[in-house]
Amino acid sequence: MISFVLRRILQSVIVLLTVGLVAFSLFRFVGDPVENLLGQERTVADIERVRDQLGLNDAFPVQYFNFIKGIVVDGNFGVSFRQGRPVADIIIERAPATLELAFVSGLFAIILGISLGVYTAINREGWISSAIMTLSLVGVSLPTFLIGILLIYVFAVELGWLPSFGRGETVQIGWWSTGFLTASGLKALILPSITLGLYQMTLIMRLVRSEMLEVLRSDYVKFARARGLSQRAIHFRHALKNTLVPVITITGLQLGSIIAFAIITETVFQWPGVGLTFINAIQFVDIPVMATYLMLISVLFVAINLIVDVLYYIVDPRLKSDASSGAN
Amino acid sequence: MTLLAIENLTVQFPTRHGPFTAVKDAVLTVEPGQIHGLVGESGAGKSTIGAAIMGLLQGAGHITDGTVALKDTTISGSDEAAMRAIRGKRISMIFQDPLTSLNPLFTIGDQLVETITAHLRLSPSEARDKAIALLDRVGIQDPRTRIDQYPHQFSGGMRQRVVIALALSSEPEVIIADEPTTALDVSIQAQILDLIKALAEEGGVGIILITHDMGVIAETTDVVTVMYAGEVVETGPTAQVLGSPRHEYTKSLIAAVPRPNRKVHRFPQISYGGRATRFDIDDLASNWPKSETSEAPLLEVRGITKHFSSNAAILPWNRRYFTAVDDVSFEIRQGEVFGLVGESGSGKSTIARMIAKLYQTDGGEILFNGKSISESADSTYRRQIQMIFQDPFSSLNPRHRVADIVAEPALHLGAIPKSEIKGRVEDLLEKVGIGADAGSKFPHQFSGGQRQRIAIARALATQPRFLICDEPTSALDVSIQAQILNILKDLQDHLGLTMLFISHDLPVVRQMCDRIGVLRNGKLVEVADTEALFSKPQHAYTQELLSLMPKTDLLSDAALD
Amino acid sequence: MSAVSAFLSSDLFYSFKRSPVAIIAFLVTALLVGGAVFAPLVTSQNPFDPATLNLMNGFSAPMQPNQFTGDTFMFGADDQGRDVYATILYGMRISLFVGFAAVLLAMTIGITLGLISGYVGGRTDTIIMRIADIQLTFPAILVALLIFGIAKGITPPSMRDEIAIWVLIIAIGLSDWVQFARVVRGATLVEKSKEYVQAARLIGRSPFSIMARHILPNTLSPVLVIATISLALAIITEATLSFLGVGAPPTQPSLGTLIRIGQGFLFSGEWWILFFPAATLLALALSVNLLGDWLRDALNPRLQ
Repeated sequence: MISFVLRRILQSVIVLLTVGLVAFSLFRFVGDPVENLLGQERTVADIERVRDQLGLNDAFPVQYFNFIKGIVVDGNFGVSFRQGRPVADIIIERAPATLELAFVSGLFAIILGISLGVYTAINREGWISSAIMTLSLVGVSLPTFLIGILLIYVFAVELGWLPSFGRGETVQIGWWSTGFLTASGLKALILPSITLGLYQMTLIMRLVRSEMLEVLRSDYVKFARARGLSQRAIHFRHALKNTLVPVITITGLQLGSIIAFAIITETVFQWPGVGLTFINAIQFVDIPVMATYLMLISVLFVAINLIVDVLYYIVDPRLKSDASSGAN
Repeated sequence: MTLLAIENLTVQFPTRHGPFTAVKDAVLTVEPGQIHGLVGESGAGKSTIGAAIMGLLQGAGHITDGTVALKDTTISGSDEAAMRAIRGKRISMIFQDPLTSLNPLFTIGDQLVETITAHLRLSPSEARDKAIALLDRVGIQDPRTRIDQYPHQFSGGMRQRVVIALALSSEPEVIIADEPTTALDVSIQAQILDLIKALAEEGGVGIILITHDMGVIAETTDVVTVMYAGEVVETGPTAQVLGSPRHEYTKSLIAAVPRPNRKVHRFPQISYGGRATRFDIDDLASNWPKSETSEAPLLEVRGITKHFSSNAAILPWNRRYFTAVDDVSFEIRQGEVFGLVGESGSGKSTIARMIAKLYQTDGGEILFNGKSISESADSTYRRQIQMIFQDPFSSLNPRHRVADIVAEPALHLGAIPKSEIKGRVEDLLEKVGIGADAGSKFPHQFSGGQRQRIAIARALATQPRFLICDEPTSALDVSIQAQILNILKDLQDHLGLTMLFISHDLPVVRQMCDRIGVLRNGKLVEVADTEALFSKPQHAYTQELLSLMPKTDLLSDAALD
Repeated sequence: MSAVSAFLSSDLFYSFKRSPVAIIAFLVTALLVGGAVFAPLVTSQNPFDPATLNLMNGFSAPMQPNQFTGDTFMFGADDQGRDVYATILYGMRISLFVGFAAVLLAMTIGITLGLISGYVGGRTDTIIMRIADIQLTFPAILVALLIFGIAKGITPPSMRDEIAIWVLIIAIGLSDWVQFARVVRGATLVEKSKEYVQAARLIGRSPFSIMARHILPNTLSPVLVIATISLALAIITEATLSFLGVGAPPTQPSLGTLIRIGQGFLFSGEWWILFFPAATLLALALSVNLLGDWLRDALNPRLQ
């Protein structure tokens, strides 16, 4: 177990260093950082001074090492070209909004996705299942931004029940600003969460359904039926547990992508999160913000991957008993 | 009193082209303590009967006529709830593949206790005690420890014992065993069959044993029912049906079984259902290039060795190797059929692939016609050797037309000018009994036996001198196997082909080969003339293999003489 | 000729005839694609040729004569007097072109790498699949955004509009090859173990010709399914990027750009400027997805 986790952590570090290299190359080669810092009025001496300050005259590996060291030791992600503030500050300020949104919609997607997936797999022939499956295809075909616009039009413009943009009132707890503690904050969460979660929910539901159908066709389920076990035991004990093994992996990845898809939702709802910051950074080629976003999101994905692997290890006995299998 | 009675059972599956009748008017009875064999070739409907009894027909299949009665109660046509009370409780089932029959995420104890408590009123601890007793009964050592292990911690044979324990856990009256030993090695097969026999004798359980294997039928069953194309053709006490079959199909089936104890010149072709097709060897032989006759061996294998890495580590020092073929030497004379036998993993296919230049050797050398094959020109060598593969469903590219498949080797190797290829392909298809118009069709339009004939036509297209047959009949039904073996014998006799014949099936090898080499774990343990090997095996391993051959003494010899 | 009759009697066509959903989806797809391809023939106005526009027609409601000019537009007109019906057809040309080209790119990369990975195996396989795994961790939209951002950083501003469409194709294509590579690799591993491949090796065929002639044709049915679903996904991704303002430029608007423009008029009552492009996008993506879904079931031998 420990060697397994250690091996995975080592792999994760390699992935992170690779992403760091991509981010650094972005930083270094896309656009000219000196030009971005100095603006129009500059002399050759200015350029040389700034190049020296930034370490741009060092060898590439040295620059890369200093870049990684700056991040790990000092949390120094550079300064936004556009806002002139340290990127770390901008991200910390914006992160709670995105994380709260992702949390609520992730919960929504997993709970509804798994239950509907199991329901449609078990009642394969029923008309409710067919209706759900057809609707789910509509869900996959509807781009997230359209769902958002639709919801805004119905619930904010026509009915006027819910706000069409922003987070509502937030409460500051230390550096974290939360929308969970005020009525307007909670109301403001509803539409963006549905918008963001709907697509993921459809994917999870379709995945659970197809995995479960696969398991229901397997020999051990046929044998369980031939042994006269009840439908309940077959569906919820045998089939569900075997379905969960592959579902865990993909659901983990889906949750990671919620943070990325938040970019769209945040744009539609003008939600003051990290995604909105990122899209603005792309518009204005604000490389430090882009690079930081990329690195943070990879840390998140790698962490999720690690958790998924460990969960996998816990659920599937075939992985952990290499040592005791010689007993035949 | 009759335990299980099937009357006029008819099962249909709706298809695009109208209903397909899988079983028609089947009649079958099982008495307590009796083992009733249900035998037939693929598609005969034997497994469908098993599924129909259990109420577990696939998809839209359904019973359209007839009844299944358990003691005095008719159970066919019961609703799902009533069936569940019978299924697993009074009738249990054992499936073919023990590796996939158990849920990998639950301990075998969980699965046993769950099944026991579903059917018997027992507390969890009583159920566990019963589960341990059951494991003990099916011959699992140290059941108290092993009950808490997962299926992957058991070997294939042990898993099949666990499957049997599960089938027994509700104390059923009838057990349906569907090919219970087909996926197992011969030595384990014998143990599982003994266990099934003991259940019938000691427990008074009625057993339906579904199999395609006449040897299993002869050794295990009391009564046998023979099926062909969905219909029962003959039924009766095993000794009587096998010893003096009355129906033509039964006779043809029995005649097609290769005997371990005698060599026949050709398998008798008792045609049934119009399936035997002509093979035009004389005409083929007249156009065949005369091979020079010499006493020198055609193929010499000198100390060849092959290693495989067992893990694909990126760092060289982390890789592990095992030796698949270890210093093997033999020679094959001009016009001879040389057999290589051994269990799975013994290295016989690896040797064939090294001879075919599909694998490089890691040591030793192979000489063809006196020249090392690594030095002779590639296409000249490849034109002279051809191969017939095991599985005709995988050896023909499903996306290519038959004519292209047959033409490819000859064209690619330049064995024939492009202008003549069409004629030769049509000629060959005609001669192997498929017909020239088959060329424009795709492989999926042919049966297994027909496909193997196409594969033979492909192998003959370059007019080779040496043919490698890698388990050429092990995927085929026994009557088709007889036809294909006859064709191969004809090829050898009339065209003077030299062959390497690889098989795990000793009776088949005895019919085909002049000399035999026995392989074990990559080493050649014995080489001898066929008759000498079967009458006086020298090596202990050869003796053990021979002792595990099915006993076919019960089978009628009438057609063989 | 025999290929046509073979297709008409195939199981695939049989299953198509029996699926009303598939037939409707096919008809809708054909109608939309046809409309886009023949846009100049079925519209009276090229909405991106300023000479044909009349600003007085701005904000005409659907099916009502314009109060100044008396012109009637089926789907209304936008703020600049462009016929919404015409903008949709011309916009769909961009959407479909980007979608098809991106899928073609993804397919070419994916099939090539998948075949090599599966057939050659060993370290080549490990390296290719490790890269695929890492990329799969990142959602396609994020990869596309990044590629877009990089492209924007390294091209001079004057060229940005010109190359925007090509950047979109590359961004979407590069973000979607992994699906193809994984599926083709899996199918290649299955096919490689079959004996017909050995038969081809036996006669000394080269690895390239075995991959191209023997294995590739046998991996095409899952590729077809993935390609169909990818097309829907690529159209949606393109629309999303354009909506976010990093896709097709206003001079060459795709459906996503039209929706972005229309969103601004939604709250002032001119709903049609948003509604019709959005409905078209949904109809296109949904019918392609339905076709993909049906293909998946029809080509899956286990379900038959």
